[in-house]
Amino acid sequence: MARNALNIEIPEKLDGLGALEPYQGVWTKLQKGWMSEQTVPPAIKARMPHTSKMCDSLEEAILKCNPQDGMTVSFHHHLRSGDDILVQAMTILANMGIKDIILASSSLTSAHEPILPFIEQGIISQIYSSGIRGAIGEACARGIMKKPFVIHSHGGRVRSVQTGKIKIDLAIIAASAADEEGNATGSHGPSAFGSIGYAMIDAWYAKQVVVVTDNLVDYPCVPPSIRQNYVDYVVEVDSIGDAKKIASGTTRITKAPLDLRIAKLASEAIIHSGLFKNGISFQVGAGGASLAVAKFVREAMKKHEIVGSFLLGGVTSYGVNMLNEGLFRAIFDVQSFDAAVSQSIMNNPYHIEIGAALYANPFNCGCMINKLDIVVLGALEVDVNFNVNVITGSEGDVRGASGGHSDTAAGANLTIVVCPSFRGRLPIIKKKVNNVVTPGDSVDIVVTERGICVNPKNIELEQKLKKAGLNIKKIQDLEIEVDKITGQPDPIEHTDKVVGVIEYRDGTIIDTIKQIKE
Amino acid sequence: MPIKIVILPEKNMQPVHKAQAGTFESSDIMILIEPLDNDGDNHIELSSSVGKQFKDQINRDITELLQKYEITGARIIAKDKGALSPTIKARVETAVLRSLDKQQGTLK
Repeated sequence: MARNALNIEIPEKLDGLGALEPYQGVWTKLQKGWMSEQTVPPAIKARMPHTSKMCDSLEEAILKCNPQDGMTVSFHHHLRSGDDILVQAMTILANMGIKDIILASSSLTSAHEPILPFIEQGIISQIYSSGIRGAIGEACARGIMKKPFVIHSHGGRVRSVQTGKIKIDLAIIAASAADEEGNATGSHGPSAFGSIGYAMIDAWYAKQVVVVTDNLVDYPCVPPSIRQNYVDYVVEVDSIGDAKKIASGTTRITKAPLDLRIAKLASEAIIHSGLFKNGISFQVGAGGASLAVAKFVREAMKKHEIVGSFLLGGVTSYGVNMLNEGLFRAIFDVQSFDAAVSQSIMNNPYHIEIGAALYANPFNCGCMINKLDIVVLGALEVDVNFNVNVITGSEGDVRGASGGHSDTAAGANLTIVVCPSFRGRLPIIKKKVNNVVTPGDSVDIVVTERGICVNPKNIELEQKLKKAGLNIKKIQDLEIEVDKITGQPDPIEHTDKVVGVIEYRDGTIIDTIKQIKE
Repeated sequence: MPIKIVILPEKNMQPVHKAQAGTFESSDIMILIEPLDNDGDNHIELSSSVGKQFKDQINRDITELLQKYEITGARIIAKDKGALSPTIKARVETAVLRSLDKQQGTLK
């Protein structure tokens, strides 16, 4: 057992993962300017001119890819909770008798719960994902899989694919429009879902690539977000999922008073941070208080006549509106959250679709998060050292997503975590979090309804915010305050068995997830 | 000076009839109290969305309140959705007073 830089015990190796490298610090691995791990070459294929890639069914396409026991199958999660393709494909593989499958989906949503029996039966024996929720998350925390699951960040996933940690045998890429050669996009069609950013690395590196669409268009499919030179087979199906759950309408700003108060405080911190000026770049999450910050920032930008450079990340129609109003000059979009966004990607050249590598992979000459001024992130729990948990719930179950949390926190000049100080009776500001996804060294301030906590490394920022009259509290004092209100929860009971690991974006292990005692 | 009305507990009281207080809303607790035939021990049946972390503390709050009013021979059904300690005590107290006919309630 070694201890990582957060003093968390990390096993030297685990069956099914091999040797583990303990987390050493936010920048330690990047400082030398090169990645120490070797990359593996992407598959190089050949194809005779004027031959057809079209298959009659998903089953035929999968058969042509010669599926084997122990193979790694990858998916993207841009169809969110409307996705039907992952379950269809895994069912086909299960019916073919394939087992020990390593499932590498960029994330898993509630739509994927039908694969739970495959996990229980050992058809799926390992999962790589940025997020796991619901019944699958509970099962993962109980330790029903043979091999430990891996939670990675969006940027970290790219590195894992390039180093062969995730060695994709078959990538199945759902698209809302595609042509017969495999040029594909999510930006139009009845099941449009916007950016297809997470699938780009899969298309490049996978041994075999199948594009599945419910909207086969005349050649060429424009824009070719996924390009034909990476695609082996194309399948047209009736439906890639439930269009209403894939993307509908526009995202609304929360009306919950608590979230709005937290968002207002966060926006005041932004305005007085010294970063609120022309050329500002900005990213917010899609939910609750985080998105609501955008509302207050938008008002302030108009009032102070500020024009920002770019919006990044998961993009909502709210961000698109800010682009259209001229508040930002561009959007870089790795993942879209509602229907209105797809049209903007399609029609506005300043709304730019990007892959996960350009978004957040630390190992290249500069991903977009390196250029980010401000990011506003949520949290399930925050500890007195500013470490953030976004993956395990209060009962130890896996119920969240790492996503771009640790990536953007590392990149942004000002990383703001917004959360209530407690939810129901559960304290959110705690002495110790169940699991660390984002290290406190990359978090600058935590904003709660009871005040703002500034990471002690930011002495200047704290002075600026105090001078502006904001309610600044020591995070230790806030923890005590919250503890008096909620009482101290009984600790979660774990066994010693490690059922999953949490990878930091550089590939080191920042924490392990232990089996829940039942 | 505001006048404070204090209802003094009597000794070894048993609920006269069923009573309830609280809601099923998040951050609240629903308390149902009813007399038991046994004339002695209190039975607490607790279910809570935060049971794993707080069941002992919730049980302690309920028991303390029952002791304060010296309630005996009662069944308490508590369905908790993450209520804070003062909420729990207030809901139990109200249910107790209603069951003793000392306060108007919804189940009478």
